[in-house]
Amino acid sequence: MAELFWLIPLIPGGSSLLLVLFGTKLSRRWVAWQACSAVLLSFLLSLAAFIHLARAPLKSPGLSKTLLPWISSGAFSSPVAFTFDHLAAVMALVVTGVGLLIHVYSTAYMAEDRSNARYFAHLNLFTFFMLVLVMASDLVLMFVGWEGVGLCSYLLIGFWFERPAAAKAGMKAFVVNRVGDAAFIIGILFVLTNMGSSSFASINEAAGSGLLRPGLATLVAILLFVGATGKSAQIPLYVWLPDAMEGPTPVSALIHAATMVTAGVYMVCRLSGLYAASIPASTVVAWIGAATAIFAATMALVQNDIKKVLAYSTISQIGYMFIGCGVGAYAAGMFHLVTHAFFKSLLFLAAGSVIHALAGEQDMRRMGGLKKHLPVTFPVFLVGALAISGVPFLSGFFSKDAILTSAFAGGHYVLYGLGLLGAVMTAFYMFRLVYLTFYGEERMTPKAGHHIHESPRAMTIPLVFLAAFSILAGYVGLPVFFGGKADLFGRFMEGSVKTVTHHLAVSTEGLLVVLATAASLLGIALAFVFYRRTPALPGRLASRFPGVYRLLVGKYFIDEVYDAVVVRPLVRGAETVYERFDLKVIDGALNGSAAAAGLAGKGLNFLQSGLVRDYALAFLIGAIIFLGFLLL
Amino acid sequence: MIPAAAFFILAAVLFVLGILAFFVKKDLLTQFMAVEVMLNAGNLAFLALAKSLGKAEGQVIVLFVITVAAAEAVIGLAIIVLVFRQRKTIQTDELKDLKG
Repeated sequence: MAELFWLIPLIPGGSSLLLVLFGTKLSRRWVAWQACSAVLLSFLLSLAAFIHLARAPLKSPGLSKTLLPWISSGAFSSPVAFTFDHLAAVMALVVTGVGLLIHVYSTAYMAEDRSNARYFAHLNLFTFFMLVLVMASDLVLMFVGWEGVGLCSYLLIGFWFERPAAAKAGMKAFVVNRVGDAAFIIGILFVLTNMGSSSFASINEAAGSGLLRPGLATLVAILLFVGATGKSAQIPLYVWLPDAMEGPTPVSALIHAATMVTAGVYMVCRLSGLYAASIPASTVVAWIGAATAIFAATMALVQNDIKKVLAYSTISQIGYMFIGCGVGAYAAGMFHLVTHAFFKSLLFLAAGSVIHALAGEQDMRRMGGLKKHLPVTFPVFLVGALAISGVPFLSGFFSKDAILTSAFAGGHYVLYGLGLLGAVMTAFYMFRLVYLTFYGEERMTPKAGHHIHESPRAMTIPLVFLAAFSILAGYVGLPVFFGGKADLFGRFMEGSVKTVTHHLAVSTEGLLVVLATAASLLGIALAFVFYRRTPALPGRLASRFPGVYRLLVGKYFIDEVYDAVVVRPLVRGAETVYERFDLKVIDGALNGSAAAAGLAGKGLNFLQSGLVRDYALAFLIGAIIFLGFLLL
Repeated sequence: MIPAAAFFILAAVLFVLGILAFFVKKDLLTQFMAVEVMLNAGNLAFLALAKSLGKAEGQVIVLFVITVAAAEAVIGLAIIVLVFRQRKTIQTDELKDLKG
């Protein structure tokens, strides 16, 4: 089984092709079954390959297979080759596992949509490209997957393209990602021109051995990271993700929470040798991550749209992953990626269940008191919220603690402090969401209130699975506090990524755990005070600090600034070019040449008299001239 | 023995006569005959050259030209007949519908 691992991406890819070609002719049931079973097959293969890898001795290179030669130019070559090592195994399991649950959930969520074949075709296509990204053994092939998932993201955000907001959000995501990808491609080109191979192994080795000059390594690392800020929605290119919530909720869960947006983190871990070799680049990664974690968390504090809160929270959590990568704890970053994939897709899907129950309502101001109406959704949502808040003994607690402990142990005390502050805010906005949605009086519109119902089994069962993983996933990576052998995840990752071992006294480590716990409990307590005990308090606070409140509600007006600084000058420039150059120069040249031809025609008109004799005369004169040349 | 030059002169005279006839005459049939005269002037020149150079190629070419000219005469005369049927005239000055 394990040697068939190269089929993992190809199965959903083939299924997608079938759905694109014949989707409209197949029945809804068939479409749903085919899409789900393709991902299930991929998942089973990933599991088989993972078990094969787990049984192999530690630090074994993993499975790899070259499918076909692709680019071969001079000294450079880049084949289509897949690698299934420890890092890819973890990510492939997340993509196919969470993907499978989301596919199943979608069968119910999208049951009434008339384009459900298109939906599943795109969802399968996404799975294909994501797995190509994950399993690619070199940078160029990864870029193919990287662009492919961007395309699918565009297609699925704009899935309901009749809605102008959705179409616009899709375009925004695509264009913003283009900015990052431009830098990414320049980074790849630097690798191509300086090395004969773009395989991850050779890049990591070249950076580690100094074959790649340190300056160049930093440049490449930073350029690639700029690409990651686009894909993973970090400062300054995060602006597309909140708008991306226009897509169907399962899409938000799969693409914009669990998998695609974490591709940047995955890329940094893949190239851990390169990033570890460049301290400036790592510093940039860590600080951008920390800044984003805080910045996005503050914006999540005041959002009223249930999905937007989760979107900002995703941005913030990915910031944490980058802190982990930036301080050299790549395994911790990946660990948080995995646990986040579980609890954030759980939160999104549960939010989708809430939205489904309220017939499309997303504004938390028109929710409340849903606890008793949604007996399955509420407890699983609570599990997700507790996990992301970092309440002890749930997955988020362990992974966030792993990152913060690494930051502290590496001597990055400011980063640690920012992370802790972010953790307070995370707990606060998550429980604000819980209290506004599930507690208090019911504020639904009469129509939505009448509609309330718990979601069907196909939606609640994936939720329960994800909730179970959100609780249990943390136990594969217990902190050193519980003994070094307990960190199964970290030890498994050693096979593929750089690892640092930090030495902290057990008492220090215990203190950090207590601090992290205190931070999350503080956030929850604050939310309780603000939104449960004295619900008037937020309003009073908002009127007390109107400036701060407006700044947060306006999302720091970053969209407006980008609009004024980038978008509008570009649009105006394009308009000017259109008016001055396109209309005048290009159209002018075209019309001018047509007019010149017309004039010449009119001028030479008299030559065509219609008289045979005139033509014969011209012929005769021509013949005489020709003969004259020939003879003289 | 008639010198080769005489043949050339005769061919030239015939050719010029053909040209003159083409430009002087105004009906299609006569102009067509003028073209035939020019064609045969060419034939004569070929034959004269073949004889003076003692080579057979010139005579072969003449045979080809006569064959082609026969075919061409069939089509040309058919066109003239059709033009007359359509327009009741074969005066070239009146057939100038293709004026630009």
